[in-house]
Amino acid sequence: MNKINELFKSELQVINIGLESFKESLKNENIRVIQVDWRPPAVTDDRALDALNKLLGR
Amino acid sequence: MITKGIIKTGEYYDSVSLMLVSKEVTKMDGVIDVAIVMGNDQNKSILETSHLLLDEFKDAIDSDLLIAVKCETEEKVNEALKKIDEILKERKNRSLAAGEYHPKSLDGALEFMSNANMVIISVAGKYAGNEAMKALKKGLHVMLFSDNVTIEKEKELKEYAREKGLLVMGPDCGTAIINGAPLGFANVVNRGDIGIVAASGTGLQEVSSIISNNGSGISQGIGTGGRDVKSAIGGIMMIEGIKALNNDPETKVITLVSKPPSDDVLEKVLSFLNENVAKPTVGIFLGGNTEKFKNSKIISAETLEEAALISCALSQGRSVNEFKESVKKRDEELDEKAKKEIDKLSDKQKYIRGLFTGGTLCDEAMLISRKIIGEVYGNSPINPQYKLKDSWKSQKNSYIDLGEDEFTVGRPHPMIDYSLRNKKIVEEAKDPEVAVLLLDVVLGYGSTMIPHEELAPVIREAKEIAKKDSRYLSIIITITGTDKDPQKLKEVEETLTSAGAIVFKSNAYASLFASKIIEKSNKVV
Repeated sequence: MNKINELFKSELQVINIGLESFKESLKNENIRVIQVDWRPPAVTDDRALDALNKLLGR
Repeated sequence: MITKGIIKTGEYYDSVSLMLVSKEVTKMDGVIDVAIVMGNDQNKSILETSHLLLDEFKDAIDSDLLIAVKCETEEKVNEALKKIDEILKERKNRSLAAGEYHPKSLDGALEFMSNANMVIISVAGKYAGNEAMKALKKGLHVMLFSDNVTIEKEKELKEYAREKGLLVMGPDCGTAIINGAPLGFANVVNRGDIGIVAASGTGLQEVSSIISNNGSGISQGIGTGGRDVKSAIGGIMMIEGIKALNNDPETKVITLVSKPPSDDVLEKVLSFLNENVAKPTVGIFLGGNTEKFKNSKIISAETLEEAALISCALSQGRSVNEFKESVKKRDEELDEKAKKEIDKLSDKQKYIRGLFTGGTLCDEAMLISRKIIGEVYGNSPINPQYKLKDSWKSQKNSYIDLGEDEFTVGRPHPMIDYSLRNKKIVEEAKDPEVAVLLLDVVLGYGSTMIPHEELAPVIREAKEIAKKDSRYLSIIITITGTDKDPQKLKEVEETLTSAGAIVFKSNAYASLFASKIIEKSNKVV
């Protein structure tokens, strides 16, 4: 079965990266959700960031 | 006047949280201006425009929190800074007190929630694409709320996802409903057998709410992001979404919601539907040429409401013609209602001013109105010749989308914070040539929890301004939402009605009503 159709049959479990209000909304609706304590990388140069991502295989 | 700035290195908060803190502190006595932002280049240029880019901020990086406060006295500055510190600490402590674990990375989150199947990403665009790819590589579906992701990255993500059988909803996907759960800016709707694929967030909100309010429900609401239906992406997720709904035993009717796709994408979608899909399919391609669907299997609708109601008819086993008859009857009743409003207006009141928080709702309103009252002005008009020179100054019939970037840079979205629109409502009420104000209120998660409390006093104020000038001002509001939404549709409707507004639960219907008033009152003149 396609993974999208598998998703439709499963319990939705969410990882939220970014706006915390989205996590709050899902909690309010009793959906399982976990908030990632995301922060911008300390590298500010976009090219350096791309290079770093490539090195790390991301 | 004193301005003071603080940098907190390595302290990160999301933009919406910070804007809400700024809003709260700005209300304090003696505070002139407050900015609390992360130190990225875009935010620094916003600070520069508002003269709050202090020297010490110039070398700040993305992971620095910048706080600038401008007050009448030093004492007030210190009070404001203390307050900001307290609110930020309180936010952190709230999560800790709830015993929540916040891992630092996706991997950390997966250790804690090994059966996770969806990742919602709403970090700054330049980081969002990479976060999305990390999630896909872990076999997770993605809702990418962030905008400013390059089209190349979007293509890469969607091609990878298609290969792996995964969803990438977005970038710039504001709304989705998966397994009944409202994701992003979404309404709490009935579950049912209508599956939606939407390239428009507010469009999905309007269609799913009307379906729910009319006795049917949603199996899944898949968002694609607006660019999905353009040639560069080729409708990858529109087609993958249709495929999934076609294979889904819980879905009986498929409904597509979008602005007009590029011709090649439309062709692809139509041929996919013709060859593979047996389920009835309804389509609303706002502003598109409906002739194109004549020989296709799409039942084409002209408004979001019509798409929702045809979908309901199909889901409930009623005939589409029966539904069309009831709409006709309703339109006649609308004429009577419009006449009552016209009788209260003076000869000089000729124009309609639409102030919208939802872009798709603004587009739909313009499409409906131009057929009745002619071309309308706007900051994002249908006919480019009618673009307002200054988006802050309406002229003749004008429809403003307050969700456009020109209004939202450095400010919360107008669905979250009504203050900018409230200011504009008061301005428009002072114009003696204005007959009708047309407003949208979008309920559901993501939006403000107290729309009625924010809007009702302003409606009263606007009405009072007109009254003092011996005029009557017609205020028409369309609400997108349901009684299951945290704001409760009925409560919002009652509060706004008792403040003097005429409330509809369909943008198309409200726009039609508003336009009929202008059309008829001009004929009388």
